[in-house]
Amino acid sequence: MTTITASTTAPPRARKLVGAGRRQWIGLLYVAPAVALVMVFFVIPLGMTAWMSLHNWPLMGEHAFIGLDNYWAILRDTRFWNALKFTGYYTVVVTIAIFAVAFPLAIFIEKPRPLTNLYRTFFFMPAVVGFASASLLWSWLLNVDSGLFSPAAYDLGLIDKKFNLLATFQPAFWSIIAMVVWKVAGFTMIILMTGLQSIPQDLQEAAVIDGAGPFARFRAITLPLMRRTLALALILSVAGSILAFDQFYIILRGGPRNQTLTAVYWIFNQSFVSFKLGYGAALSMVLLVILVALSLIQLWLLRKPEGLD
Amino acid sequence: MAQAISARGKFAARLARHSTGIIASVLFVAPIVWTALSAFKPAAEARLPPLPPWPTTGFSLENYATLNSFGDGLWASAQNSIYVSVMTVLLSVIVSVLAGYGFSRFRFPFKDLFFVLILSTIMIPFQSILTPIFLVLTKLGLHNTLTGLVGVYVTLQLPFSIFMMRNAFDAVPREIEEAARMDGAGNATMLLKVMLPLVWPGVVTIALFAFLGAWNEFLAALVLMTDQSKFTLPVMMTALQSGRFGAIDWGAVQAGVTVMMVPCLILFLALQRFYIRGLMAGAVK
Repeated sequence: MTTITASTTAPPRARKLVGAGRRQWIGLLYVAPAVALVMVFFVIPLGMTAWMSLHNWPLMGEHAFIGLDNYWAILRDTRFWNALKFTGYYTVVVTIAIFAVAFPLAIFIEKPRPLTNLYRTFFFMPAVVGFASASLLWSWLLNVDSGLFSPAAYDLGLIDKKFNLLATFQPAFWSIIAMVVWKVAGFTMIILMTGLQSIPQDLQEAAVIDGAGPFARFRAITLPLMRRTLALALILSVAGSILAFDQFYIILRGGPRNQTLTAVYWIFNQSFVSFKLGYGAALSMVLLVILVALSLIQLWLLRKPEGLD
Repeated sequence: MAQAISARGKFAARLARHSTGIIASVLFVAPIVWTALSAFKPAAEARLPPLPPWPTTGFSLENYATLNSFGDGLWASAQNSIYVSVMTVLLSVIVSVLAGYGFSRFRFPFKDLFFVLILSTIMIPFQSILTPIFLVLTKLGLHNTLTGLVGVYVTLQLPFSIFMMRNAFDAVPREIEEAARMDGAGNATMLLKVMLPLVWPGVVTIALFAFLGAWNEFLAALVLMTDQSKFTLPVMMTALQSGRFGAIDWGAVQAGVTVMMVPCLILFLALQRFYIRGLMAGAVK
């Protein structure tokens, strides 16, 4: 017993001598369930996605190897590219909107002052509600007859007949943006707040003494020192938006006129509505490459800043 | 600088700050409260626009009652959701505590490889591997079962929760273990009696995230659960809202959404400290 303890506490060099003990292998048993789960539900499916993407794979019946045909089909699949274009557009717009709301909120709640914690809790509440619940809730609020916005505007005399927000692209799209900002801003706010709080107070004070105004301080101190936090919040928002599905499925069903089909929604339709599993897998591979590329950019953005600790 | 501002200026600043805070708070909380209040209207009133949001023709639980009459009923879906969420919490805590301990305290072949493998799954969107997951579950005989869904949800939690737990175990001084070993503690005693109480805050954090993740997940449940008796709440409510059971009953939607939101809000309000802690751990690292 004591030798083992020694092996775990001793410095690395001594460890090599004693620590080769069989007891260390027990560690494998501890991590085995986790590794098994990841193998069954991640690694194998991932390999299968790549394999299936090279096949014509209907739900029933035999599948046939067709090489890269699915990928050639993707190149000609204008509806997929439209979905991808829409996803990109949505991602840019919603990310800007989220930051425009979350950053001021983060500054608002950063310093401990009376009631700040209460405000923070309120701002954050929609973030713990699921996307499906939030979408169902807003699909009701946005409903033309039984909802809130259109009837309220009508009652207030702002519009002279009830207006269906979900019938045409622009109002439908901006309604979704409003819903997502409501749901996500609190989350982004907390991330940004941790970044703000990690800026040393004396730096700000020194800048004040040097006569720097609030805007100059924000640009010269806050933004550069928050680079990693900003990058993290940005990546979380971008990755989440590229994978958006729930809100477009529940509130809009991809409409009006299929104009709000996102990439995941299109893959869902191909795989589980049309049951073209092979083609769906090839589409998934494209999406996967995009997200892995994004993750690599993330690692690069989040690298430790040189010169600073 | 603070002294330079007159008392009146200070008051104005405080007034501006709190008005901003209150208005923003109302905007964030209103939709939630609006739904919860409207759900208590009688069905006939719930069909009308929610102005005002509270019941004007008498308080009623009718919407909750009708909800139970759609398909297999709200209660069946709620039970499915509860089962899936609780099992996800239990399993992901057990698996992550074991793995976190293993990665923190032992050296074994492929240790780094396994750790990187588990963490790197966070880069791969599970949305892109749902079809093969569907086929794997079929092969395992778990097709269209809540157990299969739990397996998927637990796996989705692993990168975050194992990372959390490994850090939690890393933070426990080795002297504590040493002392326990001297007292003759075996591996099981060590983990359960000595280490677990010390990493408890981490366990609460990962349990909370596992619950919220499983309770709110939609796409995988929609794809993997094809039989209506297996629907979780989000899938069931979406079926209802899409008019699958006839004309859309908005009163029932309000009641269902309330049922879906309330557990998340209660858990968050009760365990806020742990939630923020989890976010911070993710943000700082």
